Amino acid sequence: MSETKTTTVEVRLPSRMGYEKVAMGTASAMAKLLGFPPERIEDLKTAIAEACINAIEHGNRLNEKLSVGVVFSAGPHELEVKVIDDGKGMKKQPEKPDIDRKMLGEEDPRGMGMFLIQALVDEAEWVAGTDGNSSYVRLVIRLDNDS
Amino acid sequence: MGDHTIVQSETKSHVDQLTSPAGQPVTALRFEGDIASTSKVAVLGTYQALPKNGVKLILLDFTKVDYINSSGIALIIQLLIEAKGAGQKVFAVGLSPHFVKVFTMVGITKYATLTATQAEALAEL
Repeated sequence: MSETKTTTVEVRLPSRMGYEKVAMGTASAMAKLLGFPPERIEDLKTAIAEACINAIEHGNRLNEKLSVGVVFSAGPHELEVKVIDDGKGMKKQPEKPDIDRKMLGEEDPRGMGMFLIQALVDEAEWVAGTDGNSSYVRLVIRLDNDS
Repeated sequence: MGDHTIVQSETKSHVDQLTSPAGQPVTALRFEGDIASTSKVAVLGTYQALPKNGVKLILLDFTKVDYINSSGIALIIQLLIEAKGAGQKVFAVGLSPHFVKVFTMVGITKYATLTATQAEALAEL
């Protein structure tokens, strides 16, 4: 009987801008260990940075008493990352950014983080905790995706 | 003792003037470090301090930029909005292949020309 082995690494970040780089570094190291190609590691780093920035800024509202949890679970062919904050989660998914509307001033130049996350990883889902005091984003990047 | 360590590297920027092989004057904004929410002065401030008259070609040099996040991309878009309003053409050079992909995904390539090197950008003028 074969058993799928999962290796888990957890990091806790202060809710302070810039510390997303700690999660990026951990993601990069784990993805290298799993044999991901450099371009996919760059995709993962950007997606995780944006997920952590959202958690720090919107989930924990820059409250340094709260931390952001980042849980990396490495399977044989994929890496799953959960970025957990103390916020209520999102009520609805933002619309896909439209550069033409941004250039015309009809749309905020910001607001591209979630779009980048979805575009750069194989799976992305936002989950609100049942208690209303925690939520997480779950990202998956697969080894066999060479896009 | 309070801990106020800043882990985002400060954005540095400087401006210099170039001339294309065809004789066109080009203003280069060269960035170094991270481009993030803390980079407003380095990105927009540097751009807004340029002389208002006579600057028609802008080259943004990202060769020494290590990290760009969505807030940094938003600053670049704000710069492009102002440049469009001023009738300026913008080139971006020195982006890593990953950030070329990201800039393309968000549509910046519709409003700025991306080239690998400064020489390639100047050759287009």
